[in-house]
Amino acid sequence: MAVALALRRRFRAVTVIKEEVAKLLELKKLVDDGKSSGQFVLKCPKGTRDYDPFQMAIREKVFSVITSCFKRHGAVAISTPAFELKETLLGKYGEDQKLIYDLADQGGELLSLRYDLTVPFARHVAMNNIKTMKRYHIDRVYRRDQPRMTLGRYREFYQCDFDIAGEYDPMIPDAECVRIVFEILSQLDLGSFVIKVNHRKLLDGMFEACGVPPEKFRSICSAVDKLDKAEWEEVKKEMVEEKGLEEVAAGRIGEYVKLNGRLELLERLTSDERLTAVPSSVAGLEDMKLLLQYCKLFGVLDKVSFDLSLARGLDYYTGVIYEAVLTGDPSKGKEGGVPAVGSVAGGGRYDGLVGMFNSQG
Amino acid sequence: MAIREGVFSVIISCFKRHGAVSISTPVFELKETLLGKYGEDQKLIYDLADQGGELLSLRYDLTVPFARYVAMNKIKTIKRYHIDRVYRRDQPRMTLGRYREFYQCDFDIAGEYDPMIPDAECVRIVYEILSQLDLGSFIIKVNHRNVLDGMFEACGVPPEKFRSICSSVDKLDKTEWEEVKKEMVEGKGLEEAVADKIGEYVKLSGHFELLEKLMSDMGLTAVASARAGLEDMKLLLHYCELFGVLDKVSFDLSLARGLDYYTGVIYEAILTGDATMKDGEVPAVGSVAGGGRYDGLVGMFDPKGQHVPCVGVSIGIERVFSILESRAKEAGGKGIRTVETQVMVASGQKNLLEQRMKVCTLLWNAGIKTEMLYKRNPKLLNQFQYSEREGVPLLVIVGEEETVKGGVKIRDTHTREEDFVEMAALVPELNKRLAECQHSERV
Repeated sequence: MAVALALRRRFRAVTVIKEEVAKLLELKKLVDDGKSSGQFVLKCPKGTRDYDPFQMAIREKVFSVITSCFKRHGAVAISTPAFELKETLLGKYGEDQKLIYDLADQGGELLSLRYDLTVPFARHVAMNNIKTMKRYHIDRVYRRDQPRMTLGRYREFYQCDFDIAGEYDPMIPDAECVRIVFEILSQLDLGSFVIKVNHRKLLDGMFEACGVPPEKFRSICSAVDKLDKAEWEEVKKEMVEEKGLEEVAAGRIGEYVKLNGRLELLERLTSDERLTAVPSSVAGLEDMKLLLQYCKLFGVLDKVSFDLSLARGLDYYTGVIYEAVLTGDPSKGKEGGVPAVGSVAGGGRYDGLVGMFNSQG
Repeated sequence: MAIREGVFSVIISCFKRHGAVSISTPVFELKETLLGKYGEDQKLIYDLADQGGELLSLRYDLTVPFARYVAMNKIKTIKRYHIDRVYRRDQPRMTLGRYREFYQCDFDIAGEYDPMIPDAECVRIVYEILSQLDLGSFIIKVNHRNVLDGMFEACGVPPEKFRSICSSVDKLDKTEWEEVKKEMVEGKGLEEAVADKIGEYVKLSGHFELLEKLMSDMGLTAVASARAGLEDMKLLLHYCELFGVLDKVSFDLSLARGLDYYTGVIYEAILTGDATMKDGEVPAVGSVAGGGRYDGLVGMFDPKGQHVPCVGVSIGIERVFSILESRAKEAGGKGIRTVETQVMVASGQKNLLEQRMKVCTLLWNAGIKTEMLYKRNPKLLNQFQYSEREGVPLLVIVGEEETVKGGVKIRDTHTREEDFVEMAALVPELNKRLAECQHSERV
């Protein structure tokens, strides 16, 4: 019925964590991959692999740390089927739609393997008329992507999701999510890390203030999203040449996206007249002020970086966004790229996803 | 989920107690990996759409993937457990716990070993698990593929009808003999006299006395493979006695398992208590574990590779879940908590959000499971009610007066008593009380 909006938070730990630790073993397995001697090609499907006992032992430890943390924060666990009705997944993933595995039409319902755990969660909440829920869900998801086994990108991989659904006072649950990422990454002992935070409304406000036409917001946003892998000059070039942005506007964006910090950055932006002329920037900044305050109370502020270059790929983020990266040994990234390869968690606030499942919106 | 977690925990402890490692395999396999392994059940396999890549199917069980894993990695011996979901396009019977997606808990031992020792350990494992899950009384039926085949031969079943007659016998757990006999004679063209002879055998069950009887049955022991089967059964019963489980075991000639790949001992565990199934069906619905020896499966994957004999057992936990869930519901859901929160940090006065957050941080740093409401100024009553509803044993109440005095109040949800405690003593005091709670708390 009329659940107007659900506030949602998202925390996601990518399997890269496990890969960092078991990398050598993985590579060995790939080299020795099933040489068939008979009619069968003795192998796992492309982009998937078995976990041997050694890997399972590591995995168990990691899950144990993560699950303890979720439970310490009072989350319940739910589970959903590996496949959903095809129509449940339609129209939720934008261009990534094409990466979904479909099941064959064998005369029954049309089904697809789940692409993430978030849409099934929204379906669960809507289907059961749930108003508030704090839940975690650890399970595998399926994407017909180009597999990059050495980078830990598989077609079948685990996600560990923590979400809070419900109408609450602003930013308190958002800050708890940051605290949870902090606890998990600390306990997993992966070395130093930083949790970048930003805000969709602030990004949009920034674009508007810089003179980006509204219809280009999402497109420019996904260009900014590449800053974790590419240098600014390249990204600027893409904005101007491929996406038709005025160079002046791009230049202004460049001034902003190089900024990161904490309360002092917040101060600076709050007194930036060009920025605060746009209402959505103001809303974003107010949220960020609360977030940083709460992060301080939760004892995590020193790991947090308010970073204006953070933009997340998925369209459905509507508020705060986060991404945690490992900042330890840079030689970990094989491509010699910037820390993005060290990205180990991400998420943000979604409004409206549950509403998409309710007929009344 | 809370029930499920409890069940997995018991099962995994048991597997680990017996030295098993765990592995995991993908949810789908190459279609050809699964072809030709399941006989008639082939049609129940879910295929993935042809999207231009490899042809894939969702796994039907955990055994064929295991055999594939063993062959692929040229493993000679492994004792492994694997708990995961499998997929079958069956007619779902939700009330009986038969779904299209369901969990299996498999325990398998692969390798060339002295006869029947691992087979007996599997029986012991089923025994431990079913005892610990507290599901009431149960029996573990055992039989042997060679004994079954020998029995058919001795009764005069033509060899080409063995598998077909075997699957009729398999229905005896759900149907009466008269119906099964009818199917054999009318549906499968068996001579009535032969069917009657089978009828004489399949009603037999017991322990050593049955073994004795069969070993002096000339018709049966004329068949070499039946003799070998009986030798195996003799060892099995002997080892079961040594493992302290014989009183739960029943050597039962009506036990035949559906799958073609069994080559030796077969088992099936059923609940015999008041497993109240809604349809009032015969105990087969109480079937909660099954398995057996399958020596040829790994070899199917690598004909040039080694022969790796295997024996294993699968726990039917969906049925276990159903039983425990309905039991919990009848008990009014008591004793099953969905969150494990130990402390709720609360306040009744305004503007104490900061303090609540600081206290939460203190408790999380100490590893205590702590929650607070996501409201700046929540009502005290709501926080009390939440704690009572969710079974949170303690509250820490932040208040202006207490803050001035340098501390907080601890409230016991159950007794409703409140005590002041200084901040420095808060964590130790909470830990002390939580330890006491655990002693008296029933899970």
